[in-house]
Amino acid sequence: MLKEALVNKLDYDELSNCMRCGFCQPACPTFRETGYEAASPRGRIALMKAVADGVMEPDKDFVDQMNLCLGCRACEPVCPAGVPYGQLIEQTREAIEEVQEHPWWVKAVRKLAFFHLFPHQKRMYQLGGLLRFYQRSGVQKAARKLGVLSILPKQMREMEAIMPEASGKGIVDFFGGTVIPAVGERKYRVGMFHGCIMDVLFNETNRNTVRLLSEAGCEVIVAPDQVCCGALHAHSGEREQARHLARKNVAAFHKADVDIIVSNAGGCGAMLQEYDHLLAEDAERQEKAQWFASRVKDISEVLALIVEPKEWQSLPQRITYQSSCHLRNGMKVTKEPVSLLQAIPGATYVQLREGDRCCGSAGIYNLVQPEMAGSLLDEKMGHVAATQADILVTSNPGCLLQMKAGIHRAGLEGKMEAVHIVDLLARVQQEEKPLSTPK
Amino acid sequence: MLPESIREELRAIVGEKSCLDKQEALVAYSYDATPMQQALPDVVVMPKSTAEVQQVMRVAARHHIPIVTRGAGSNLCGGTIPVGGGIVLVLSRMNQIVEIDEQNLTITVQPGVRTVDIHQAVEALGLFYPPDPGSMVISTIGGNIALNSGGLRGLKYGTTKDYVLGLEAVLPNGEVIRTGGKLMKDVAGYDLTKLLVGSEGTLAIITEAILKLIPKPQTQRVMLAMFADMAQAARSVSDIIANRIIPGTLEFLDQGTIRVVEDFKQIGLPTDVAAILLIGQDGEPQTVDRDMEQIAAICQKNDAVQIKVATTAEEADEVMTARRSALAALSRMRPTTILEDATVPRAAIAPMVAAIQEITGRYGLQICTFGHAGDGNLHPTCMTDARNTEEIERVEHAFEEIFAAAIDLGGTITGEHGVGIVKAPYLEWKVGAAGMEIMKGIKHAFDPHNLLNPDKMFAKQSRNRVVVQRA
Repeated sequence: MLKEALVNKLDYDELSNCMRCGFCQPACPTFRETGYEAASPRGRIALMKAVADGVMEPDKDFVDQMNLCLGCRACEPVCPAGVPYGQLIEQTREAIEEVQEHPWWVKAVRKLAFFHLFPHQKRMYQLGGLLRFYQRSGVQKAARKLGVLSILPKQMREMEAIMPEASGKGIVDFFGGTVIPAVGERKYRVGMFHGCIMDVLFNETNRNTVRLLSEAGCEVIVAPDQVCCGALHAHSGEREQARHLARKNVAAFHKADVDIIVSNAGGCGAMLQEYDHLLAEDAERQEKAQWFASRVKDISEVLALIVEPKEWQSLPQRITYQSSCHLRNGMKVTKEPVSLLQAIPGATYVQLREGDRCCGSAGIYNLVQPEMAGSLLDEKMGHVAATQADILVTSNPGCLLQMKAGIHRAGLEGKMEAVHIVDLLARVQQEEKPLSTPK
Repeated sequence: MLPESIREELRAIVGEKSCLDKQEALVAYSYDATPMQQALPDVVVMPKSTAEVQQVMRVAARHHIPIVTRGAGSNLCGGTIPVGGGIVLVLSRMNQIVEIDEQNLTITVQPGVRTVDIHQAVEALGLFYPPDPGSMVISTIGGNIALNSGGLRGLKYGTTKDYVLGLEAVLPNGEVIRTGGKLMKDVAGYDLTKLLVGSEGTLAIITEAILKLIPKPQTQRVMLAMFADMAQAARSVSDIIANRIIPGTLEFLDQGTIRVVEDFKQIGLPTDVAAILLIGQDGEPQTVDRDMEQIAAICQKNDAVQIKVATTAEEADEVMTARRSALAALSRMRPTTILEDATVPRAAIAPMVAAIQEITGRYGLQICTFGHAGDGNLHPTCMTDARNTEEIERVEHAFEEIFAAAIDLGGTITGEHGVGIVKAPYLEWKVGAAGMEIMKGIKHAFDPHNLLNPDKMFAKQSRNRVVVQRA
């Protein structure tokens, strides 16, 4: 029964901490869109609490409302009482997942993705190889030409259209090893979290991350045995599987004995930084989980600390920045990406109106809630167009894909490109200094 | 439970999507920002026009169904809780700014416009709407008018009531009345505008308002003055005003609040002082400079241990952060935060704070006080836990004594939050038996069948305690 599951999972103390002041509401995209109390963080917490208090039965409407939440956590920084809404919604989704009966095909897809694909990096590379074949062999061209893609829902078609070039090899293959030495004197020993999708679809970004770190004096350790961060799992109610992955990552990086664990995807970083909470009931691993969580930093934080913008090439273009929700609201990183962009010589930084608001990507939200995601994206692209920027920078793969889709949708192709901050910084970095083990 | 036929009537008026009766909607509109209060309505109706409001009101009148009107639900007096079930009428979809009249310096708005949106719209034109309740980023103007909300600028600029020039409202019989207008002078009959302002949704449903605007002040400056002695801080407040200076902002934090804020934000506030005054002035640059100098001198004369005048925007922001963080910092200490609203003549602030401290100690509670020193409006804030019923009982007794102390000092039970259900048992302390009778008479004249926001302001019986009730 969902009710029992919710009562078991929900942190009642935190539910009680919500003082119902409503300060969260202006920050919430789904509330802004609907004006409906139940579609706001205060409303959702009230629904959770009503279930826990026995005032209401968790029915389909309850579940729908919980699923409509983007999980962007924009409500957290503005909450006077500091209610960790992100954790509450994850607990709710975990409870829902525990009792939910999916149709067989959803079950199959979930099982495949969450248990047989994301957690197994080798399979991700194999899939990347297949995708690369599809993209390169002409099959993609043919499929597009023949219109067979029209059987896909609109959102999937839009995603197919902007899919970056996949890679069948990860960074370890590219660099030929798990240790990439620092150029010059070693400042830090940095553990590189390569991510599951990042290393396949955004392999270049990962390579650039390693290069920027190494050139700025970091010894980069690509801890072997690392796995997917588990964020998609946790957000979709598979918290137990997320815990399983967390334990593996904690062990892998602990063994690598690094000073900093760097992530270049806001969604992953926020998850990694909360491993201590995720493993809170795992007394045995608590200390190591805290060791791990306290070391996680976003790439922009590390670069802001160590790079020398003086050595950068001039880039006379207009740049704007869409921040990733989990980087901002989860990891609380707001200043560093902007100050890095502002430091690029010759570039004009333009602030994006409501650049702190969710773009609607939100993991797989744009696929499961296409209507809400679409209207959020359209609003976003209006603000983006107004900046007249040449480059739209983001710092999370989901946001980057969504921005690419948005540029496509808004007819801004050719006028504007969406770029990961790491790739942009790699672009302005003076000519490549040789890394000691290039391949 | 309302019969299906009545729901059908309501759906016919506002449409399927704007008439909600699923469990989830009823729960979502069963509370406002008041701690420990909740009751489920039978149906939630979201009209989009005055005509729809009228028709809904007629249905309610025909079937004797209670109606609670609501905007953002940010009030702290339980004013929008549907204690008797019935219809919750959500006006947040009537959210258009109808007109900004730069000739007459007025703005005409629908009730669902957020207060902050009014501020932004008029400030872009160099105009100013001064009322700034603490919740203005979410609160709607309809709610501000119904509760006659205050804010940080009450001392110099007054509160919502001073800016409402005219109203359009739907009466409980479904008729529409228009009061006032774009007029600075109007003595034609009883002042129904002023009567509806602060009437807490018990007399009529406000569907449009004409508000007064003033020119936007040119500059603003702020300072913090710290005092080792509460009485010295209070004396400074009186001395500033006695010196014919009316600051735009004159806020106060007690030692408990300072400690919590500093612990929370680490902005370098001294935690050993008894009180901090946050003083701001706005207006012409020369006048502001002169006032700030005089205010600093007055505080110094009253043995301020430190005065920090903000010279840059960043410093000003840091100074304001202290006051703005008070609620956030306090609310993080314990699960339940009860923000109260006792108000005294400003000369009585020191004895009032002393009384609060004495009562707090006697009941063994955690109550910190901050608020608007300039207008005597204090917010004793209790950090507690609703689940601890024994402690909550002590809290209720303590607040009862705090309200009594405020009345004894010539004050009132609420300065800006309203009576609602929370203060209803104490209203008579303030207005007396004859006052209660005349107020009930007014209520009866407007709403003979007691349909609009029943059981608010006038307590049905003894105090409404911690309950979750099903309509």
